[in-house]
Amino acid sequence: MKKLSIVLLVLFSSQLFAASGGIALESARINLDNKASLQRGAKYFVNYCLSCHSAKQLRYSRMATDLEIPPELVELNLMFTGEKIFDGMTISMRPKDAEKWFGVNPPDLSLIARSRGSDWLYTYLKSFYVDETRPFGVDNALFPKVGMPNVLSDLQGLQKAVYKDVELEDGTVRRVIDHLEISEPGRMNEKEFDKAMNDLVNFMTYMGEPAKLERQRLGWKVLLFIFLMLVVFYFLKKEYWKDIH
Amino acid sequence: MSGMLKNALGWVDARFPLTKVWNEHLAEYYAPKNFNWMYYFGSLAILVLVNQIITGIFLTINYKPDAQLAFDSVEYIMRDVEWGWLIRYMHSTGASAFFVVVYLHMFRGLIYGSFKKPRELVWVFGMIIYVALMAEAFMGYLLPWGQMSYWGAQVIVSLFGAIPYVGEDLALWLRGDYVISDATLNRFFAFHVIAIPLVLVILVFMHIVALHAVGSNNPEGIEIKKHKDDKGVPLDGIPFHPYYTVKDLVGVAVFLFIFALIIFYMPEMGGYFLEHANFVPADPLKTPEHIAPVWYFTPFYAILRAVPDKFLGVVAMAGAIIILFLLPWLDRGVNKSIRYRGPVFKAAIIAFCISFIGLGYFGMQPVTAVGTWFSRFFSFVYFAFFLLMPFYSNLGQDKHVPERVEEK
Repeated sequence: MKKLSIVLLVLFSSQLFAASGGIALESARINLDNKASLQRGAKYFVNYCLSCHSAKQLRYSRMATDLEIPPELVELNLMFTGEKIFDGMTISMRPKDAEKWFGVNPPDLSLIARSRGSDWLYTYLKSFYVDETRPFGVDNALFPKVGMPNVLSDLQGLQKAVYKDVELEDGTVRRVIDHLEISEPGRMNEKEFDKAMNDLVNFMTYMGEPAKLERQRLGWKVLLFIFLMLVVFYFLKKEYWKDIH
Repeated sequence: MSGMLKNALGWVDARFPLTKVWNEHLAEYYAPKNFNWMYYFGSLAILVLVNQIITGIFLTINYKPDAQLAFDSVEYIMRDVEWGWLIRYMHSTGASAFFVVVYLHMFRGLIYGSFKKPRELVWVFGMIIYVALMAEAFMGYLLPWGQMSYWGAQVIVSLFGAIPYVGEDLALWLRGDYVISDATLNRFFAFHVIAIPLVLVILVFMHIVALHAVGSNNPEGIEIKKHKDDKGVPLDGIPFHPYYTVKDLVGVAVFLFIFALIIFYMPEMGGYFLEHANFVPADPLKTPEHIAPVWYFTPFYAILRAVPDKFLGVVAMAGAIIILFLLPWLDRGVNKSIRYRGPVFKAAIIAFCISFIGLGYFGMQPVTAVGTWFSRFFSFVYFAFFLLMPFYSNLGQDKHVPERVEEK
């Protein structure tokens, strides 16, 4: 059994690596019960993401309720473009303009945590490095040739890539990124930045499925009920069947 | 029963055969007393069918079959509709549960010889249900209008294009457009919510009528109708109701426990029940890196990809399903149940299971040279299992099947 699980693990993990841009994923600590973290995440999201990316599936009012932020505070601190509290998080940048400026229309992020996974997002946000050959002066180690500028550089500072040479199976040598290091510090140190990104990803995970907390809270009650039902049915069956041999 | 109820029942019975139907199919339908846990899956399949229909009705109330609106309407259900997330997860998990239950139900029939004379038509009706179910699932998967919905449908419909002469026109006729589009979504919606469910319900009815005409098989493969008492009741039979209705309730509770566990704690099932790429809206201009059908189609998808030629691949894939219909006539074994069959047949069943699961696994993976060779090997085993059955199925059947179901 153990052997089998190892075999399965190897088979599946190779698939995971194939899906990423070559660097290993770091794991984000997702805790949707941590309201403070979600609130900080919401702050980073509206400040750093929401001007180019929309999150149209999430209503401000829903966020206020779920994150336990008074609606007045949401209107005051988290809404900038004159929407109503019941509106979804949309942006005013027109898709046509976005395409002209960035080459692609920045995707709506409502469900990004569900399509990419929280670990991917966490790693992606931390993997920008200076590359003067790119239009915005940065590239991303996880998502090479990325179209997005590093909007987080004032928090993180700038990173540079440290390369290493690896020999491929056919004998050719290829230069790949070994790791990234801070070349110019930002407003946060590394630990603070990791924490901020974790909060942001935590919020984006919430955003992908706001009903998740409700579903997990309800789940065990349903399971308990079904289990009790099973016990009743089991003895009912036993009672009916006692004279069948 | 109180006098008034009795009178009411009498009134109905004089006009509609209520008591007669109740007795024929439940209270006086005699089933073998030795069913084991493998016999839960028939009633569970009905349970899942009912679940799909009821949750489906509620989804239809809020879903919009329009390429511009479909994706957002699903998210509207997930976020704004009261209990929408639960209804949607019950439906999406139900789709996979349907196939789990049906595959186990078919496997039960395979190992206990439930398809053998006189139950050939029970098997054939069941197979038509299976094919209808695949069509139902395939069309339903387009409705969320995610990337995998779109590109999965694109790949599968384009397979019809591989048929010589009429293929391209046929694919065009199915899609209603040159690519998967709003027109396709509309017609798939119509088929998914009314045409195929109607066919499914009628087929399930025929499946049960045929079964109740010939009587149920059992794990021993003994015909209980051979030994009846003077009232014509099989000696090894017990009334379906109340014995199997209460027993099936136990199966229902176990099933619901697992079903609820998935719905509440892992509705995506790691990307196997709800694929990650399907959380991205359909984009006709952007092909996903890796297109994989949902898990229940992957064994046949692997067979398709194992054949180098596209048309022959489609033929092989269709053949893999058609050959299942012929099972009652391919199996020449005298004994029904695997308990009384020779080692060759047992080994063949094991080889078949390994190859079917293996095909399912490789059908999910991106194409690799090793994977293709494994798929070819497993496809070969899959077809050999059926095509060689007339020759090996009766080998070494020296065990004597008892006349009666023995007392435990």
